[in-house]
Amino acid sequence: MYQLLKQIAKTGIVTEPAPNPDENLRQLGQRLSEIVLRHFGRALAIRHVDAGSCNGCELEIHAANSPYYNLEGLGIKFVASPRHADLLLVTGPVSRNMEVALRRTYDATPEPKLVVAIGDCGCDGGIFGESYASCGRVASVIPVDVAVPGCPPSPSAILQGILTAVSARTKA
Amino acid sequence: MPAHCAVIEPARLRGACEAARANKERLVALWGSDETVRGGGYALHVALAQRAGLLWLTVPLPREHPRYPGIADIFPSANRMQRAAYDLVGIHAQDNPDHRKWLRHRAWPGGVFPLRKDFDTAGRYAPTDDRYPFVKVEGEGVHEIPVGPVHAGTIEPGHFRFSIVGEKILRLEERLGYKHKGIEKRFESMTLADGARLAGRISGDSTVAFAWAYAMAVEGASGTEPPRRALELRAVVLEIERIANHLGDLGYLGNDVALSFGFFQFWRLKEDLLRLSAALFGHRYLMDLVVPGGVARDLPQGGAERLLERLAAILAEVATLRSIYDEHAGAQDRFIMTGQVTPDLAEKLGLCGMAGRASGIWHDLRVDYPIQPYQQTQVRMATHTRGDVAARASVRFDELVESVRLIQALVPRLSSGEIRVPLAAAPDGSCGVGWIEGWRGEVLVALETAAGGRIHRLHPHDPSWQNWPLLERAVFGNIVPDFPLINKSFNLSYSGHDL
Repeated sequence: MYQLLKQIAKTGIVTEPAPNPDENLRQLGQRLSEIVLRHFGRALAIRHVDAGSCNGCELEIHAANSPYYNLEGLGIKFVASPRHADLLLVTGPVSRNMEVALRRTYDATPEPKLVVAIGDCGCDGGIFGESYASCGRVASVIPVDVAVPGCPPSPSAILQGILTAVSARTKA
Repeated sequence: MPAHCAVIEPARLRGACEAARANKERLVALWGSDETVRGGGYALHVALAQRAGLLWLTVPLPREHPRYPGIADIFPSANRMQRAAYDLVGIHAQDNPDHRKWLRHRAWPGGVFPLRKDFDTAGRYAPTDDRYPFVKVEGEGVHEIPVGPVHAGTIEPGHFRFSIVGEKILRLEERLGYKHKGIEKRFESMTLADGARLAGRISGDSTVAFAWAYAMAVEGASGTEPPRRALELRAVVLEIERIANHLGDLGYLGNDVALSFGFFQFWRLKEDLLRLSAALFGHRYLMDLVVPGGVARDLPQGGAERLLERLAAILAEVATLRSIYDEHAGAQDRFIMTGQVTPDLAEKLGLCGMAGRASGIWHDLRVDYPIQPYQQTQVRMATHTRGDVAARASVRFDELVESVRLIQALVPRLSSGEIRVPLAAAPDGSCGVGWIEGWRGEVLVALETAAGGRIHRLHPHDPSWQNWPLLERAVFGNIVPDFPLINKSFNLSYSGHDL
């Protein structure tokens, strides 16, 4: 126990500041009212859905939970069911074998809800494209609010995408 | 890497496999191909690991009713591979009691085979009914828990059907294929040069292993000799990939037994390494670095020192964390004798790779068939025999230390010279094999070229094919809440399997 506490004390706090929202990532107009977004911004429940990725994006979602990014410190939490979620974080080109599961997960998420598509494949189908087995981008199956490109996008980029989705559009 | 090809008649297939099995040789992969464009019918391909190297058997099959004698009773891991070969190419394994579909769900109907050459790639099919008969366990108090394809954590999709009584697992049946996104068909539309990018995205966590196996296959088919410095750099990044994945898994093993301290500590170390990879090689996961003909980027000025310094720091912290894990009664109580695969069962069913080495199956391509630069560094294999979660954690710790040693041996003595040579032209119909010990186990890429530097057929094989069926056995008699822990201790790839 002493060794464990010593290691914690030695490590200290490594968390870095969160990135700012980026309006360029937004796909649809702002769909939710500012009041709703203000609540989401403080305590956001995310359900992750891998709809067919190569698992590279999952590595970076895991990394976003590491102490450097400290998602929970920002009030963002991953939840085990879409019924508890405010936001779906979707990776992959959507494989045709996952199309129904993704639709059902979206339907099971209570309104008001947001969708953030992660990675080049989620944005435009990526290297897998559209085929007999792939529907391509996430937006071809469910509405997408924010899309984060990258192969895979870094944890900061993922975090930025999430924060963009829950931020009210700033007036230019 | 020693590899041999042979063509045999279907009638001789079982005899060859029985002899291989008796000789303690292993089934590496099984797949099908369409040879009608070359005036033939179809073909079955079987890759075996012999003592002398890899043996690639090709079994020509007729155009009408392509069928072959099944080998799942000889090599149990062939079962799912045979079913996948039917779903994709339409070649039929005779006398196999399990004829259920495997990779086909509802995206295309039965009787249509995507990897046939006359398959209409522009065609789309109305979703079909997706019925799949799971084996039912009956008895007083037995009930089922269906889990997935969408799981509770950040995990890839797949379906697990548990039959339980009380909390105890009586049976687990997996259904995979949800991530099938047509990778093999996609390869056939690509040039040999372009395919490298796709190979690096078969299973993102093993991008270096697959990219190297792909490069090795293309280099073999085209007779290209990569420079020595490139081979050394490939080994350096393959070992970085192994370290990064083992760090991540060790963190999650802590997390899954409520020791979140472990998760935060190991993922801090992993993040440090990922950032350094990005700084040195331009990508956190080292994607697109290994290319046919060599590597795309050299280690920058001062990079060697930074890498060695970082690894020394990681090694020191991992030693501390290992002693914390070892002395943590709560963690050890959950790890020891949980999710056990005994050496006997592992041998019978063909467990391989890192999980195999934890269950007495002591194979590591870097040791069994060392290629350069492993011939010069030599690799000490990490082994265990208990085959439980604790053993798989222990093998990860040992391999992590060994990978650091390998990088420490390689980096100060990197050969001078170029890092990439132009790819020679590969004639139509040439074959190449890539076989690399990734962090999870042995990754195979088998390639046949088409005219114009294109791909006739490419089969990438992830060791998860062999190990998924063992997960079903590892959970016998365990309690449902230990499933996530057992699953994570294997950490198998869905994408690499579903293709």
